[in-house]
Amino acid sequence: MLTTIPQSRTFKFGYALYIFLFFVYLFAPLVVVGVFAFNDSQFPSLPWRGFTLDWFTSSSGRIGIFYDRGLIGSLGTSFKVAVAVTVLSLVVGTMNAFLMERARFPGKSILFTMMLWPLVIPGVILGVSILQFASTVANGLEDRFGIFLDFLRPGLPLVILGQFSFIVTIATLVIAARLRKFDITLEEAARDLGASSLGAIRTVTIPFLIPALIGAGVISFLMSFENFNTTLMLVGSEAPVTIRMFTQIRDGTTPVINALSLLMMLVMATLGFSLLFANRGDKEKK
Amino acid sequence: MTAAVYQPEAARRAGLRLSLILLLAPVVLWLGLLIILPHIQLLALSLKVKLGPRLYETGLTNYTEFFAESIYWSTLVRTTFISIGATALTLLIAFPVAYYIAKMIRGRRKNLLFVLALLPFWVSELIRTLGWIIILRETGLISRGLQWAGLIDQPVELLGNDIAIIVGLVYTSMLFMVVPLVTVLDSLDDSLVEAGYDLGGNGFAVLREIIIPHAMPGIVAGCIVVFMLSLGNILTPSLLGGKNSLWFTDQIFQKFIVRFNWEQGAAFGFLLLIVSSLMVWIGLKITRQSLASTMG
Repeated sequence: MLTTIPQSRTFKFGYALYIFLFFVYLFAPLVVVGVFAFNDSQFPSLPWRGFTLDWFTSSSGRIGIFYDRGLIGSLGTSFKVAVAVTVLSLVVGTMNAFLMERARFPGKSILFTMMLWPLVIPGVILGVSILQFASTVANGLEDRFGIFLDFLRPGLPLVILGQFSFIVTIATLVIAARLRKFDITLEEAARDLGASSLGAIRTVTIPFLIPALIGAGVISFLMSFENFNTTLMLVGSEAPVTIRMFTQIRDGTTPVINALSLLMMLVMATLGFSLLFANRGDKEKK
Repeated sequence: MTAAVYQPEAARRAGLRLSLILLLAPVVLWLGLLIILPHIQLLALSLKVKLGPRLYETGLTNYTEFFAESIYWSTLVRTTFISIGATALTLLIAFPVAYYIAKMIRGRRKNLLFVLALLPFWVSELIRTLGWIIILRETGLISRGLQWAGLIDQPVELLGNDIAIIVGLVYTSMLFMVVPLVTVLDSLDDSLVEAGYDLGGNGFAVLREIIIPHAMPGIVAGCIVVFMLSLGNILTPSLLGGKNSLWFTDQIFQKFIVRFNWEQGAAFGFLLLIVSSLMVWIGLKITRQSLASTMG
């Protein structure tokens, strides 16, 4: 089975048809979600009752997404969380990358394997373990010292920590892969020209890492924005958009959720493509 | 970090040690406070048995209760088997696609098809699941489509059963199977496949003797990730499987958040972690790989 090896027409046609059907299967749910954002009905389902923009722009009776305070507020919450997780993951990920690629110390390979653990622990377990650990610490501090630490109770700070606990692994891997390709003599040259150690890293190494930092940043942001499992266990009264959408879909929703989904898909597609083209440009430069 | 050559030796050493400590601090805080201590605490919690308000003893009751109540252990067994089934199905569907992308097309079209295969996974799992709800529900596309075609005369509800869960799990994990398979098949030298044919092998023999053995690391990596994601999934089973999806993660959620029985929830959590880790370990043993070489 290669292009160079002759195959029967039926086989080739059958194979191509399979690939075509696969892509239909892949995109059908997304197209369906988008199309039903315009259905003039109370529910995101058939029958088709005609085209409407109500689920985007209506402000009375039906509430369109632009006027749905709850959903827009939850988008804002997710945005705050994602920014915090991204910044934390990039800073810690960069330091981890330097540690793994530059430093030599006993137990390094064990530490590296431990860094990968968060990727093989189910998100639900990460969530509950952090939830009960934070509560135990908070209770202990309250009972012994009368100190009240609200951020250890379910809420956004715990959500941020929970998501960070595994997203930072991915950021570390992406940044370390790029750092491995860095030519260390460039840093030495900078120091020979009078730069301090940190100065050389800031002016030579970090700029080299920028593409990886952007890539890791976008991935961290998206993973945080879309996280559900860990977030579900740690969320307090202020719900990020995935949690809010989940509750709304489970309990029956109007097509406003479809409208929101369509907008989110457009933003994701734009982000994804710009990252792709940024990478391509980067490859051509080399 | 290597320091400049003209620094005195002692100062250089001290500088190195300081920067090592500074670099170690975040990773130690992260793994210590967010991963290791919480899991030790989770284990300790699962061994606590509540006797009364604020009165506990240490024991295995939370675990023995799990094996005594058939609803608990059968849910874990069920979750594990459905996840294995979903993983196998994902592999079956993804393999021909990955092979097509890696070997049957070239250049621009290849890149385009690969990107196209990844694109849906930029979208949140919630949105993808909503799509399947609209397709599968009683008033959905398939039910109405079949009615319109005259194949059925009553609407059919396709949500709320195991098949719906599997459809959702397979769809949602596809990416994690396609990517490692394409990567590993890309590295297969075409001449090996040609040699297989030259030596008289038919398509099936070449697939069995050359392509699949070469693709094994990718197959295992994909299967591990897909299995883990299925086992740990809570969104897809609860939305597509209905109220009684009997998914183990859902039981953990119920124990922790709804019933507030954290001790039992912790025991359930640990059991899930054990099943999940065991599968990863078996997968790595079969292919003689380490976690670091699979992920890194």
